[in-house]
Amino acid sequence: MKLLIKNGNVADLKKKDFKIRDVLIEGEKIVQVAENIKDSKARVIDASCLYVLPGLIDLHAHIREPGREDEEDVFSASCAAVKGGFTTICCMPNTSPAIDNAGLVKYIFEKAQQLAMVDILPIGAITKNRAGLELSEMLKMWVAGAVGFSDDGNWVKNSLMMRRAMEYSLMHEMLLILHCEDEDLSKDGVINEGMVSLKMGLSGIPRESEVISVKRDIELAKLTGAKIHITHLSCKESVDAVNEAKKQGVNITADTAPHYLALTEEAVLDYNTNAKINPPLRLEEDRMSLIKALKDGVIDAIATDHAPHSDEEKDCEFNLASFGITGFETALAIGMKNFELIDLAEKMSYNPAKILGLHDKGEINPGFIADVLIVDSGMKWKLLEEEVVSKSKNTPFLNWEFKGKVKHLIHKGAVVMDNFEIKEVI
Amino acid sequence: MVDLNLIKEFTWSRKHLLGLESLEKIEIEHVLELAKSLKEILNRPVKKVPALRGKTIALLFYEPSTRTRISFELAAKRLSADTVNFSVSSSSVVKGESLKDTGLNIEAMNVDIIVVRNSSAGTAHYLSKNVSAGIINAGDGMHEHPTQALLDLFTILEYKKKISNLTVAIVGDIAHSRVARSNIYGLKKMGARVILCGPPTMLLPEFKNLGIEISYDLNRVLECADVLNVLRIQKERINESLFPSMAEYREFFGVTRDRLLKYARPGLLILHPGPVNRGVELSPDVLDKGLIKKNIYSVVLNQVTNGLAVRMAILYLISGVGGKVEAVD
Amino acid sequence: MSKIIEKSKVLDALQIHKTLRRISHEIIEKNKSLPDIAIVGIRTRGVYLAQRIQANISEIEGVELSLGALDITLYRDDLTSIAAQPQVKETDLNFDLNDKIIIIVDDVLFTGRTIRCALDELIDFGRPRAIQLAVLVDRGHRELPVRADYVGKNIPTSMTESIEVRVKEVDGCDEVVVVEVVDG
Repeated sequence: MKLLIKNGNVADLKKKDFKIRDVLIEGEKIVQVAENIKDSKARVIDASCLYVLPGLIDLHAHIREPGREDEEDVFSASCAAVKGGFTTICCMPNTSPAIDNAGLVKYIFEKAQQLAMVDILPIGAITKNRAGLELSEMLKMWVAGAVGFSDDGNWVKNSLMMRRAMEYSLMHEMLLILHCEDEDLSKDGVINEGMVSLKMGLSGIPRESEVISVKRDIELAKLTGAKIHITHLSCKESVDAVNEAKKQGVNITADTAPHYLALTEEAVLDYNTNAKINPPLRLEEDRMSLIKALKDGVIDAIATDHAPHSDEEKDCEFNLASFGITGFETALAIGMKNFELIDLAEKMSYNPAKILGLHDKGEINPGFIADVLIVDSGMKWKLLEEEVVSKSKNTPFLNWEFKGKVKHLIHKGAVVMDNFEIKEVI
Repeated sequence: MVDLNLIKEFTWSRKHLLGLESLEKIEIEHVLELAKSLKEILNRPVKKVPALRGKTIALLFYEPSTRTRISFELAAKRLSADTVNFSVSSSSVVKGESLKDTGLNIEAMNVDIIVVRNSSAGTAHYLSKNVSAGIINAGDGMHEHPTQALLDLFTILEYKKKISNLTVAIVGDIAHSRVARSNIYGLKKMGARVILCGPPTMLLPEFKNLGIEISYDLNRVLECADVLNVLRIQKERINESLFPSMAEYREFFGVTRDRLLKYARPGLLILHPGPVNRGVELSPDVLDKGLIKKNIYSVVLNQVTNGLAVRMAILYLISGVGGKVEAVD
Repeated sequence: MSKIIEKSKVLDALQIHKTLRRISHEIIEKNKSLPDIAIVGIRTRGVYLAQRIQANISEIEGVELSLGALDITLYRDDLTSIAAQPQVKETDLNFDLNDKIIIIVDDVLFTGRTIRCALDELIDFGRPRAIQLAVLVDRGHRELPVRADYVGKNIPTSMTESIEVRVKEVDGCDEVVVVEVVDG
């Protein structure tokens, strides 16, 4: 099976530019990128006026399997991912049971093999059951294919435990993805601490909860030399800390999520549980600082933190509602409100591939895996609840209007989204 | 005959009472004025008028409360409404039926008004979006307790004949207090100067953004206050390290006879939303006797009576009157 | 939009004054023991008429009768169909009603429903020996079996017409006019 993408604006991530090229795909690989490729046997996709990007790679997602398949499962997550232009997603281990052993890592791979239209790469837990008490069998999981480790949802509070995990990760320069939150400081908090929390009578999560923990983990990374990635940065001071660490040569990368680029704490006014997220939405100055940090390269990636929740977990009292926002289907379109497509290709594919050490992903070049995203940048659309593909609809972006939509998506040479329609190709 | 007075005057248009933040000054004044008219009923031989005959009011209390619930219940009965009680222990919120389902079930019984108290902020908002009955917030977490603030305003007005330009100090655990929040909104709208006083652990500096002064020194506050609204201090807050001991709190923030004699201005009015921790935030000699010498007294029990009148006014207004103005003969 | 047009003035200030004098005399004549009488006006305008009758009696007989004001809003049977809720004002009955002869005073007697409300409310305050009714204008169209003991003037009206009694305390002048509500 051959595919020929004709006349698209093809992303060149090295030069950070688009050029009109043809892309020839054979089997699972990109074989040629050039002008005027002719191949009579290939299926031709006309990409005139469209943008051709490497398939998006999400460093941070929750697919709820195993345990909460009512909210999302491997198949539904992969459909939502396809709709959003993702060809690779990393799934966090805060499942039930937690992905803290090689058996579950393999289980995810097998399920993905059978049911998913995209690559699903498991992240293993740093500590057993993410409880922060005992190191999990990181090496066994690594061998089984885990691409990184995280206790996401929890911070490894015990500094010695974190130090040990970092030291242990040095063996294969294993990636540690860190959810930074001092839970003592954010006790009972449900939204950003500030005027909005004060007025709404809700307990706040101070920014210091994040900043302090980011700083500790940076210090431990300095001490150990571990490769760390701080996920879902939400505030300016964390950005500053990461920036400083990078200057000092710490082996550190970072991401933030689309909602922090689009919303502020005001989104929870009126007790909108769909905007309840941890870390919480913060201030306009934080939002601006995150956008700037992405442009400056201080923040390397945009990761969705796709977190599906059932109705009963969101349609309830604000305090009782779960934290989380679904993200696959809106991430790219939200990104396009603030960034050029070439920057998004970098933050959502090229850099994530680098962070994960995926050497044959994240670029449109011969020899790379044929994960290709074709975007209609002028297409206007509105996020309607009935059109959401994820099993869960917990997004504050319902009824938002966007410009720019995934028209085709090719995963390992197979067309999984064709002319705006998802094709179930497994 | 069309009574011109009836038409030109302000008309209440809200279906719910969720908080004072969203109320206009004129609405607050309207409630207070109506409450003043209704208070007379409480002194009649037959303490009941037929205004809300045939209306049903559900009292949905997820938190233990005696006085607020009884106050609403009596207020409803004084207006001839029927009341039903749904007292739900907080634990079953998590385990049992969701708030939405409870609301819908109550509504299915054709209830006109739901009075709700819940430990989660935003509960009344949430219900108002999910059921068609009128919703009255009887306290939602740390958010608002509008009827308490209205009765506090009513009491101040009753004794001081005005609210604007008075200095009202709220003392205690402001950060966790829905009474404080509602009072702040109400007092600011009515033109009072508001000072918050308590240990900084229970008094977020952001309150200043609401146009309010903050002080950590009760003595200094007493020197300028016309009204003192003393909040209940919860013993559980000690475990959260918000203050070290009851004894220390009493010594620095307790309203005692000695402190009042030394610092308070004559005519100081002392309010407390109750229930009072005797001898902690308010000493018994102040609570029971007051200080005749400086004309200082606590009006805690008058607040309770006024609470009835204010809640009658709210129930009357929220009772969802629709249709058009008709001739009164 | 319906419009209210003034059709004719049926009583002017002097005539109102004379009418109230007559009613005052009739009350004195009809009731043997004046001190047992209390005058209760129905808010809003009945209160001012009651005050004048009380003043008249005081002037004529030198007896200061108890005076009260009744707000019947909370006793109305049509509350649920009124959008703009009428302002509830205080009912003010600072005397013992038991064994008193109460004279209710209102401006216009129409369907009789207001008087029904007033009777209900009065009885919640005690057990008067008797209740009598004085009105400035009776315009007919009764819906309840109510009859006034003292009537200032009978003014037959159609259902599209209305009677407006104006008193100087509220409206700046004393007069009674017939108005008509016209569509368009």
